[in-house]
Amino acid sequence: MLGLSKSDIRIFLLVVVLTIFAPFILNPFPEASGLAQFNAGYPDLMQRFVIFGIFAIGFNILFGLTGYLSFGHAAFLGVGSYAAIWMMKLLTMNVIPGIIMSVLIAGIFAVAVGYISLKRTGIYFSILTLAFAQMSFALAYSVLTPITGGETGLQPKISDPRMLDAALASGEAPRANLFGLEMGTSYELALSGWVFTFNVGYYVAAIVMIIALYIAIRIFRSPFGVMLRAVKSNQQRMRYTGLNPKPYTLAAFVISGMYAGLAGGLMVAMDTQVGPERMFWTASGEVVLMTILGGTGTIVGPILGAGLIKYMENILSKINADILYEWFAMLPDSIADILVFVIYPFIGKGWHLTLGIIFMCVVIFLPGGLVEGGQRIGNMFGRKKKTEGEKSSQPAE
Amino acid sequence: MSDIKITRRGILKGGTIAGAGLAMPTIFTSSAWAGGHSGFTNAPTGNTVTLGFNVPQSGPYADEGADELRAYQLAVEHLNGEGDGGMLNTFSSKALDGTGILGKKVEYVTGDTQTKSDAARASARSMIEKDGAIMITGGSSSGVAVAVQALCQEAGVIFMAGLTHSNDTTGKDKKANGFRHFFNSYMTGAALAPVLANAYGNDRKAYHLTADYNWGYTTEEAVKNSTEALGWETVAAVRTPLTQTDFSSYIAPVLQSGADVLVLNHYGGNMVNSLTNAVQFGLREKMVNDKNFEIVVPLYSRLMAKGAGANVKGIFGSTNWHWSLAQGFTDASGKKVAPDAASAAFVKSFGEKYGFPPSQAAHTCYVQTILYADACTRAKSFKPSAVGEALEGFRFDGLGNGPTLYRAEDHQCFKDVLVVRGKENPTSEYDLLEVVEITPVDQVIYDASIFGGELGGFNNGA
Amino acid sequence: MDAILLQILNGLDKGSAYALIALGLTLIFGTLGVVNFAHGALFMVGAFCAVTFQRILNISFQTIDPTKKDFLGNPLKVDTTYIESWLGPNLGSGILDWAVPISILFAIPVMILIGYVMERGLIKHFYRRPHADQILVTFGLAIVLQEIIKFFYGANPIPTPAPEMFAGSFDFGAAVGLAEDTIIYPYWRLVYFLFSMGIIAAVFSFLQFTTFGMVVRAGMADRETVGLLGINIDRRFTIMFAIAAVVAGLAGLMYTPINAPNYHMGMDFLVLSFVVVVVGGMGSLSGAVLAGFLLGILESFASMKEVIAILPGINQIIIYLVAIIILLTRPRGLMGRKGVMED
Repeated sequence: MLGLSKSDIRIFLLVVVLTIFAPFILNPFPEASGLAQFNAGYPDLMQRFVIFGIFAIGFNILFGLTGYLSFGHAAFLGVGSYAAIWMMKLLTMNVIPGIIMSVLIAGIFAVAVGYISLKRTGIYFSILTLAFAQMSFALAYSVLTPITGGETGLQPKISDPRMLDAALASGEAPRANLFGLEMGTSYELALSGWVFTFNVGYYVAAIVMIIALYIAIRIFRSPFGVMLRAVKSNQQRMRYTGLNPKPYTLAAFVISGMYAGLAGGLMVAMDTQVGPERMFWTASGEVVLMTILGGTGTIVGPILGAGLIKYMENILSKINADILYEWFAMLPDSIADILVFVIYPFIGKGWHLTLGIIFMCVVIFLPGGLVEGGQRIGNMFGRKKKTEGEKSSQPAE
Repeated sequence: MSDIKITRRGILKGGTIAGAGLAMPTIFTSSAWAGGHSGFTNAPTGNTVTLGFNVPQSGPYADEGADELRAYQLAVEHLNGEGDGGMLNTFSSKALDGTGILGKKVEYVTGDTQTKSDAARASARSMIEKDGAIMITGGSSSGVAVAVQALCQEAGVIFMAGLTHSNDTTGKDKKANGFRHFFNSYMTGAALAPVLANAYGNDRKAYHLTADYNWGYTTEEAVKNSTEALGWETVAAVRTPLTQTDFSSYIAPVLQSGADVLVLNHYGGNMVNSLTNAVQFGLREKMVNDKNFEIVVPLYSRLMAKGAGANVKGIFGSTNWHWSLAQGFTDASGKKVAPDAASAAFVKSFGEKYGFPPSQAAHTCYVQTILYADACTRAKSFKPSAVGEALEGFRFDGLGNGPTLYRAEDHQCFKDVLVVRGKENPTSEYDLLEVVEITPVDQVIYDASIFGGELGGFNNGA
Repeated sequence: MDAILLQILNGLDKGSAYALIALGLTLIFGTLGVVNFAHGALFMVGAFCAVTFQRILNISFQTIDPTKKDFLGNPLKVDTTYIESWLGPNLGSGILDWAVPISILFAIPVMILIGYVMERGLIKHFYRRPHADQILVTFGLAIVLQEIIKFFYGANPIPTPAPEMFAGSFDFGAAVGLAEDTIIYPYWRLVYFLFSMGIIAAVFSFLQFTTFGMVVRAGMADRETVGLLGINIDRRFTIMFAIAAVVAGLAGLMYTPINAPNYHMGMDFLVLSFVVVVVGGMGSLSGAVLAGFLLGILESFASMKEVIAILPGINQIIIYLVAIIILLTRPRGLMGRKGVMED
């Protein structure tokens, strides 16, 4: 079906179903309960899950297949974002031209950066990409302020030209839309204690992600994907067989840059604002971490990694000491104090600490990333006997 | 949009048949932003109202963010009638009575801006979409303030800016739903220049080192214009990268340039490092043009001054508020200034709760919360347009800065500006700055149109 | 002319910090083959050794001074350090004044311990894992170290001044016969420069002239063969890791009077130090040192206002621009060895 193999179609459909029902899945706790803090089913975070999912899927096409570790991918995300916001300012608040332009401009930028950086391999390549991204960030923050808005970034303004749009009614502000359907529009469904939010922007981004994932799977399974794997395993041998690896890697680099640009364009479509720190090296590092955390070279791994990091960033950081006390309200004060004392360093302003610990634990205990964790759990329940057989047949490395 | 709603309802009913057996959908609403119930975003329905405190909790400004959060918690206590009431007792408007806001108990949610505009917006959106916050406040940089302000305008909630000093926040990037109590670069320049001219003379050559981003530009421009108007000459203005940590190569050439004053348009970590480096180079012991070489730091933060340690001694700067107002002081001309009752009330309740005096960031955040609550009470509504109208043109006193005006044209507060100097003999680790002059508001006010920008109309959201 | 001389001096000083960090990183990264994202954190931990030592020295008791008032109007509590009350104000405050240099004695064992534990407990298991895994685990470790420091010391920079003796600057220009005040140079920066020269020389001679160093160099070139010769190369690598941690830590410690340390200073230096190491060339210690000084000097030149006037923003990007140019003209950086970290 759809030109995919059986196991691929199973994974693909699983992702599709999870994405469609995300508003339910991510809101498992009733509104009024103390655990509602852990609900992630609100538009902003759901949008971020899929957008960073796209970013990581794209990164994985380069890193997972060719093994080239780009440390400057956030530059493409940023360039895409700037392209999209300028389309919104100049042409129309409809998100389509912005998204198309973000992919195009990021692609062109990726051709330039890729052409130069791919002259080197290994760590030398990583540093070249890092250098380009850091230069983009530094210039966007300072001397390019007239184009990028500098520190304060760019937002749509009432006074923008917007050549294709009808004039705004007075008191109206420009809003990102898809042929009139605003990205911010949400529908709420209240079921006894639960409230589920269905957001237009989320579903637009989700459809784009599903298409992006489909294309990525096709690339993974295509002859082109095989070539890219050959680049990873042995470039030397590839050259001896008369194949030039450079065009293949450059194509992979550009495709993955376009994915990043697409993510950047969608970010602007969902939340109409661009700031330069989107291109800082920590943002590039984040997508590397997402991919490794989820499972390099796997199909859904990067999406899982992106989800986990964004979940920590947005949910964990909002838990403060008061909320902890609320949770432990039924316990005696002294025990509550001790519990809060123990947990407090890991939540709220300490969310980075938890993130660091998770990174270390995953890589120590699950060398294949979260996907391996999923497989292990699956094996534990499903095919207990088979795993033993598999284990013994595994090479010792 | 109603037709879409109907079709969606059909689809969703089909999708939730399993759930429908247990419970029928009770409410099914459409809104631009989640939670809209009665004509504006996140209208409080129960007996509580939720405010969103969005402050940096990680990154270089985490300590400043922590202090802001302390102030917010204190403000919430006072609004709910707990604690000693702090500045509610000295505030000129007596609308607040310690029963929350409009009889609803004040609750709050917190988030981490990371001092990045993306993260700050994500955090603010989660407060609006998930927690039903009716007002967002906080932040420690102008980039974040402008980004979150634009978001609040879109979402239809009020934004009460925290620490943000760039002219842009209420200048070219101003928004109707956004309000700023903190002062700005222009006021710093206008307040500082006369004091500098008094202390160092009218015939000075200044060398600017400026952080290479919007806030740096506006501050450089303000200080340059105001000092040049008093006869100073600007020898050079050099931009330094935000990520710079070692400023030696920028500071070393200063002496050769013939300048006799160094102006450091830096904030936070940049300021600590550039000031420390400048003092290491021995600039302050030098004589240039037969005058003692001087250093100026236009925007001071006590928390950050602490990082520079003894290097701040004797260095002029400006600040929005300082806790020593609570004790009174002697100004540069030898005039005794009596203790300020409002500041004293605030320092007392903050100091007794946390054990140390509040920073200027804490002060502005506390005041913003009180002003918001007061405006709701006077407007008898949480509706952003009503609250905004109550704040516009509002004149008040008794919140630590003397008589203050919330100007309607740009939503900027106008009040006296404090010129401070690093203290020579600090008695404690908090006692780093001394107020040398309170520049009256008339000297720092400007025409609302000079920075451009468009306020637009209030947005009430759904 | 003197402006250029001035910037060369500044560049040497900046460069000595870069070179020192890159040296430690190369010992781990270029020789053990581990991408150590926690190296910046080691630099930061070293700096906080000085802060911690200063705190320990400053442990004090409180007396009440009724003549002064604190911020709440209560009588002021005055802190007096035990050290001053035990050793008398002269010797006591003298020791406090010299806290940073003395803390080297405190930092060396601490850094050796941290390096040892890190290598034995964590890094050892990652020698044969892909670089991606090394990045994730060391980055995680860096975050954890950083957050621990933040938990105890907050996010603000903490002033750690140099001893009074080195506080000012001297007139280098006058010393070489130029006009007064043309070239001034802070004493502590001179100390830092000489200190880093000393460390660099020590590391090089250790590797060059001792049997231990010889074995390590052999192990860097061909680990398998050295292992087959019956030499316990693992133990030596652990020691090398500890040495690298000490070099990073001391670089950070001595840096504290130049810039007040804060918990994220390691991350600020991390990217830069990777650039320096790679520009120097993988696996080459002298390359790392050379690149450190080169980039330091070029960065200083780029910050001159005359240069910025011609090329606005050049000071923002100079390091990266130079890195790109060098890597494009010399495939393995300045002095890189073939085949190290190229796949």
